[in-house]
Amino acid sequence: MEFIQEYLPMLLQGSGETLYMTAMSTVLAYAFGLPLGVLVILTRKDGLAPSPKLNAVLEWIINIGRSIPFLILMIALFPVTRLIVGKAYGPNAAVVALVIGAIPFVARMVEGSLEEIDHGVIEASQTMGASNWEIITKVYLPESLPSLVRGLSISTITLIGYSSMGGAVGAGGLGDIAIRYGYHRYEYTVMIVTILLLILIVQIIQCAFNALAKKIDKRIIK
Amino acid sequence: MIRIEHLSKTYSGKTEVAALKDISLHVQPGDIYGIIGMSGAGKSTLLRCISLLDRPSSGSIYLDGKDMNTISGKELQQLRKQLGVIFQGYNLLMQKTIRKNIAFPLELSKTPKDEIKRRVDELLEIVGLSDKAEAYPSQLSGGQRQRVAIARALASNPKVLLCDEPTSALDPLTTRSILELLRDINQKLGVTIIVITHELGVVRTLCQKVAVIDSGLIVEQGLTREVMDEPKHEITKLLISTAGGR
Repeated sequence: MEFIQEYLPMLLQGSGETLYMTAMSTVLAYAFGLPLGVLVILTRKDGLAPSPKLNAVLEWIINIGRSIPFLILMIALFPVTRLIVGKAYGPNAAVVALVIGAIPFVARMVEGSLEEIDHGVIEASQTMGASNWEIITKVYLPESLPSLVRGLSISTITLIGYSSMGGAVGAGGLGDIAIRYGYHRYEYTVMIVTILLLILIVQIIQCAFNALAKKIDKRIIK
Repeated sequence: MIRIEHLSKTYSGKTEVAALKDISLHVQPGDIYGIIGMSGAGKSTLLRCISLLDRPSSGSIYLDGKDMNTISGKELQQLRKQLGVIFQGYNLLMQKTIRKNIAFPLELSKTPKDEIKRRVDELLEIVGLSDKAEAYPSQLSGGQRQRVAIARALASNPKVLLCDEPTSALDPLTTRSILELLRDINQKLGVTIIVITHELGVVRTLCQKVAVIDSGLIVEQGLTREVMDEPKHEITKLLISTAGGR
């Protein structure tokens, strides 16, 4: 009882911050990562708008982004973060690093989803006179929607993990609490409770997205 | 209707591959024209050229007297509407209902909503799938999916229907019903049909005229009956002997 009284407000605030960071960064990472993933598919050798040079540049950028460990990226981005949000700590500062760190990841997820679309369907649309823009908006995206939703759940959960890591360098949220209490003060109970909260959040997100993907996928006969 | 003159297609890569060599072909309005050959003979390349998915390396394809490879933009879009294409793998939109699939080309050409509905109902009637309008492709059999693809290809009232191995994934009974549907469409709607296939049975039952293609060349062409009765080229004889039965 005492434990709850003492730590509940802090744990609630931490959960709130984690959810806030995750939601904001997921939305923003998709705002940039989705077009980037589409662009990678389009500029491929067998894509709708082949451009080997642009494709090579995009691949290069994505690979660099994917190869920097998130914690290091976050520290390296402190000057940029300060420029954008005015300070290098707290949830808003973390969102900047989370978005930049997740864009290449999201682009790869989107690329994977669009790759699943049968090339024949794209060609059939071309014979019907569809423009490239129409093929993106009316074929690629709607046809891969269930897969995009599954990718979204993976991206979101990855971002929860990233945001918790950010706790080590002042991002706030549940990760911050776990590190401060569990690592610095040896208060394992608090740490275990934060871990349980993180597990709960991840489970809920995964289940919700799975159900949604299944519901909208018309390839599955119900 | 469709006139192909001295068409060649070479794929350049590490080594140059001549997929089509000097193909000339004349399809008259109302024809059901078969193009038959073994795998790798160049059939698919020819279809890709006629359906504008690929550009020929040299030579011309005329549709209704217009050279398809010299026009572009708006005019090309107009010309594409004259040409319906169906594929072996149907290539339907798996996340859309049958109604939406058939409506797709009409939506692309910005047809008014009420007209789309009227036209789709009409097409569903033609292919005998009126009761499946709200179903999804995954709920249909292969033969039914090909019927949807045919309805979709007919949506923009094309003059020519190009069929790429339309029955190669179907069982004999379903094949027969699809071929009957194609013949019906040819007779009732006056659509010229070009069928690309490796199945001699398809040519025999459906096509009045046939061209035999081998290693990128047309080795024999004429009325199906005459070509079947007196095959001149080795490949034609081989196709007939391996097909068995008559």
